[in-house]
Amino acid sequence: MTEKTFEPTIIGFTCNWCSYRAADMAGTSRLKYPANIRLIRLMCSGRLDPTFVIKALASGADGVMITGCHPGECHYIEQNYKAMRRYLLLRKMLEQMGIEKERVKLVWASAAEGIKFAREAQSIVDEVRALGPLNWGTAKKQTNGAQPKEEEVYA
Amino acid sequence: MTTNGSTPKAKPKFAMYWAASCGGCEIAVLNIGEKILDVDANFDVVFWPVAMDAKYDDVEKMEDGSILLTLFNGGIRNVENEHIAKLLRRKSQILVSFGSCATEGCIPGLANLTDIPELFNTAFGTISTDNPDGIRPVYDVEVPEGTLHLPMMFDRLRPLDQVVDVDYYIPGCPPESHQIAAVIDAVLAVLAGEAELPPKGSVLGAGQSTVCDECSRTRNVKNITEFRRIQDIEKIDPDLCLLEQGLLCVGPAARSGCGALCPAVNAPCAGCYGAAPGVVDFGARMITAIASVIDSNDPAEIERIMDGIVDPVGSFYRFNLAHSLLHAGKPAWN
Repeated sequence: MTEKTFEPTIIGFTCNWCSYRAADMAGTSRLKYPANIRLIRLMCSGRLDPTFVIKALASGADGVMITGCHPGECHYIEQNYKAMRRYLLLRKMLEQMGIEKERVKLVWASAAEGIKFAREAQSIVDEVRALGPLNWGTAKKQTNGAQPKEEEVYA
Repeated sequence: MTTNGSTPKAKPKFAMYWAASCGGCEIAVLNIGEKILDVDANFDVVFWPVAMDAKYDDVEKMEDGSILLTLFNGGIRNVENEHIAKLLRRKSQILVSFGSCATEGCIPGLANLTDIPELFNTAFGTISTDNPDGIRPVYDVEVPEGTLHLPMMFDRLRPLDQVVDVDYYIPGCPPESHQIAAVIDAVLAVLAGEAELPPKGSVLGAGQSTVCDECSRTRNVKNITEFRRIQDIEKIDPDLCLLEQGLLCVGPAARSGCGALCPAVNAPCAGCYGAAPGVVDFGARMITAIASVIDSNDPAEIERIMDGIVDPVGSFYRFNLAHSLLHAGKPAWN
């Protein structure tokens, strides 16, 4: 196990109208991108509650890629702008928690941009692999971690 | 208050404990006024370190489940807190997580952003502390009489329900006295056989909505172009939503129950009653709320507006970092 290179787990949120189709396009064009990224389709990037991202990281994901239609091209007019504002604030907050900003990424990809989608997927996997595992404490099954045992120190 | 059940008809037993907390919860309990006499009339107070003399040994000797109701305030910061939490869980039929610290970690939980050495450096080595020899606390000290122990601190503060099973929650920093009084009335009604206990896990003594719902200020469509700190505002409009005036108010994510006391006096809500029903993560909900009202679609401009939020974690998780999805910052996880 230890000599193997670290393979990060990335959760990718895609929107139904652009970026999911970009991923589809990448597939039908037989482009290769790493299998580390697990895609979850939402109707719109505006559906992305920051809770989803935080929960992914707290549950063991090493990185999150949020994707949506290009600004001005949202199927629901302007919800991707909301996604962008959420993302910018979320990233600022996560940095304060000690989570490197490379781990959470926002990517715009239209339905025709299979190549861009594959490239961005490759790039976040490479960057997170270089950073190493996030392995957030809440994802480890033990509740007490390396904390001292009650009997040892309490007299 | 009797200490040893010497009344002719045995009354149900009551206990209250403080772990990592400030003592404000106890004051809030005493602030219920003459209703405290109802507590005394109906309960035998067996353990309440703030109000009476009692020893941990006395509690150890009690039969398991012999205390009917325990109000536990304070988070679990050290091994002593954890020991008493487990002990009181064993001895109590109903364990209530009382106040913000026990329920969500509260202000002591913000220490979860950093590690123990850094905490000690801040507490014992910064400019406000006169400590020329750089003394730091140690857990064991040898003195002529023997070894003295201090309880060891954990890497992180945990709310009560991350340590033991909790029956009910009473949020608030501190819980409002009229809410405590209402809970006591409800408990007395249960004792008298006039009511039934609410479902386990219920949040008692609080509202079922957000602070915004209780706030009397006028709300319009929000288009925020700047966040300001309260000291930078010359005059706060007493009738207009504080968020619309550029003050970071977390009312949209915070649970109601307090009566929106802070906004009523021009202070933004800090979220002491915790997350509103349905909110999984307080900070995530606030990010959503704030992102929806920032009036710009230009990334650089958005960043500029967000620069006005100088401390996102401290603002969005002020009372509930330890109970958020992430529990703590990276340094506290080692």
